[in-house]
Amino acid sequence: MSVENVGEIKFSDSLTAFIMDWKEKPGNLIMILHKVQQEFGFISREAAVKVSEMINTPLAKIYGVATFYHFFKLTKPGKNIIQVCMGTACYLKGGQELLEELGTLLGVAPGEVTDDELFSVESVRCVGCCGLAPVMVIGEDVYGKVLPDQLPEIIAKYRDK
Amino acid sequence: METVNIKINGKPVVVEKGTKILAAAKKVGIKIPTLCAHNDLEPWAACGICVVKVEGSPRMVRACATDVVEGQNYITHDAELQGVRKTVIEMILADHPNDCLRCARNGVCELQDIAADFAIREIPFKRNVKDVAIDDSTPSLIFDQKKCINCGRCVQVCQQLQNVWALEFIGRGEGTRMAGAGDVLMSETPCIKCGQCSAHCPVGAIYEKDETTTVINALKDPELHVAVQIAPAVRVAVGEAFGMEPGSISTGKIYAALRMLGFDAIFDTNFAADLTIMEEGSEFVHRLTNQGVLPLITSCCPAWVDFMEKYANDMIPNFSTAKSPQMMQGAVTKTYYAQKVNIPREKIYSVSVMPCTAKKFEITRCDDMKSSGCDDVDVVLTTRELARLIKRSGIDFATLEDEQADSPIGHYTGAGTIFGATGGVMEAAIRSAYTLVTGEELEEIDIDAVRGMDGVKVGEVDIKGTKIKVAVAHGMANVQSLIDEVRQAREKGSEPPYHFIEVMACKGGCIAGGGQPYFTDDEVRAKRIAGLYQDDKECTIRKSHQNPEIKQIYAEFLGEPNGHKAHELLHTHYIPRQKYKK
Repeated sequence: MSVENVGEIKFSDSLTAFIMDWKEKPGNLIMILHKVQQEFGFISREAAVKVSEMINTPLAKIYGVATFYHFFKLTKPGKNIIQVCMGTACYLKGGQELLEELGTLLGVAPGEVTDDELFSVESVRCVGCCGLAPVMVIGEDVYGKVLPDQLPEIIAKYRDK
Repeated sequence: METVNIKINGKPVVVEKGTKILAAAKKVGIKIPTLCAHNDLEPWAACGICVVKVEGSPRMVRACATDVVEGQNYITHDAELQGVRKTVIEMILADHPNDCLRCARNGVCELQDIAADFAIREIPFKRNVKDVAIDDSTPSLIFDQKKCINCGRCVQVCQQLQNVWALEFIGRGEGTRMAGAGDVLMSETPCIKCGQCSAHCPVGAIYEKDETTTVINALKDPELHVAVQIAPAVRVAVGEAFGMEPGSISTGKIYAALRMLGFDAIFDTNFAADLTIMEEGSEFVHRLTNQGVLPLITSCCPAWVDFMEKYANDMIPNFSTAKSPQMMQGAVTKTYYAQKVNIPREKIYSVSVMPCTAKKFEITRCDDMKSSGCDDVDVVLTTRELARLIKRSGIDFATLEDEQADSPIGHYTGAGTIFGATGGVMEAAIRSAYTLVTGEELEEIDIDAVRGMDGVKVGEVDIKGTKIKVAVAHGMANVQSLIDEVRQAREKGSEPPYHFIEVMACKGGCIAGGGQPYFTDDEVRAKRIAGLYQDDKECTIRKSHQNPEIKQIYAEFLGEPNGHKAHELLHTHYIPRQKYKK
């Protein structure tokens, strides 16, 4: 992967203040990365480099941490993030079929974003409502007992939003 | 020393407290196989091949990372352990391309050796080779993640020994892989090309760019006059590839082999090391006597120069502007020598043999490396590549009769040869600086304070009443404390803590460079260093300024050290560089 030349990223005052506050504290990296992701929706290379310089931590270490935890995203997610639960219950109840059907409908695999940047699909572990398996979450909306043929209708709602 | 009494396979042995089982077993002649442990590194317990049993316990422990415990008996080899190890190796091979014949490490691969010992004939697991493209973005090294076995040595070396942080593991679980900082091309990371990752890699995942074929093509070109130089550290290491002991001095054999290979002029970088001392020594004396910026910091090591330009570029005013011996040799080959033999510089092809992968990068570092009007050095081979070239050419290296290098830029002094060891540049500089300042000769020329393997060495040299404080660091991580000291003094406006600092990126100096024969550890380092000091001792002339060819080149061509012509050809400049491409 080659680095594209881009300008310096700008952090909000509150993010900058947060980073400076945590700069010297142990365990600061995860806290700071959380905050960066909150502000931008993901952790871009520019943001990671800036954090690296601000807290004097090697970029290598930042990527080591950011790629270890599934929570952190390194690419810009779609406007609507579709999370399909692949916890044990959901997996047994057909989570995999949902992912496959989403792949057919949207043309993306888990971890990818549609060309129009409207949707990204993710597989996640248990979201904590196994009774509703298989579960799918779009943004803040939770869908339970989802069948593959319900997906076009559900997705359509978000296309027009 | 607190000791512990243990048994290895029932055989009693007394070892120092804190010894790992792996090292204790070695003491009684038992080799426990491993792919991740390395004497240079803290145990990382990644590969899982070194598991052993503790008698009376159902658990298996990793011998590389487990301290011995008083009274315990360790079983290192039995049928069950062999079975476990074999399974682990099979699992590693299931994820490995296994294309040994086309691999850079064919014949010198730790995984290949272990697979051979365990008679692996089949791989009973599903194949799962990583699909990651080869990264050949730096001029020095090639990264092939498909071959990586995730042992972690390169990452540890890059972060802990070298403090460069160009490499890190990314991802988790079976997706874990070694990658450049930020998962970008290596040329876009802070990599300094020292190649210590390649020297420590147990397999063919990181290796030098092989340019032996480029050299063979140059040698067969009738239009080209091919000149070659060999670095100090090559002569005490290349023999290892031919079964000789580390530290064996094979200078004369190398000259002979190069002549057999068809090189037209055989020179020695040691000559240019003497030249470096004239330039850098004069620069030091000038700064010392004219209130110049001190400490002066050596610039022979291109990995260190790259590190400084990225991580400590506030030190640029302190850096010696003198080029490295490799680049000086290249410059005088295509100017002074070209004139002498009356061959146009374009027809001279300049090859160097270096213990170092960063030297491949150095030849295009900036336009100053073309001071002759074209590339001063055309191609760099590492010691490993030279060995390959000699073997390929059917030369029985060990039985070669010694030969001599060619004049007028091939003869060297003891001061030039010790450049390859940590502290050597400093020692050589002191031997001549003394004369430059006082006009007299230094009698006691073995400078013990700057010798040895301590990461940072400091000493004081008395030049007729002037106390010169010197410091030497090797292993890139060790330089930080010196830089901090210099910065602190500068901020406070106080006297600099040192007058002269020598830095070499690799632990032990160039003798353990990233391009040297594999399996280097402190024992090997000590032998190679001893070889260089022996070579120094055997030289009749041991001070750079007394080298007759050095006197001649100044008289006939260069003029004065640090003079106009010397500056044009033998000096360079530095610029701050970005650590991370933005």
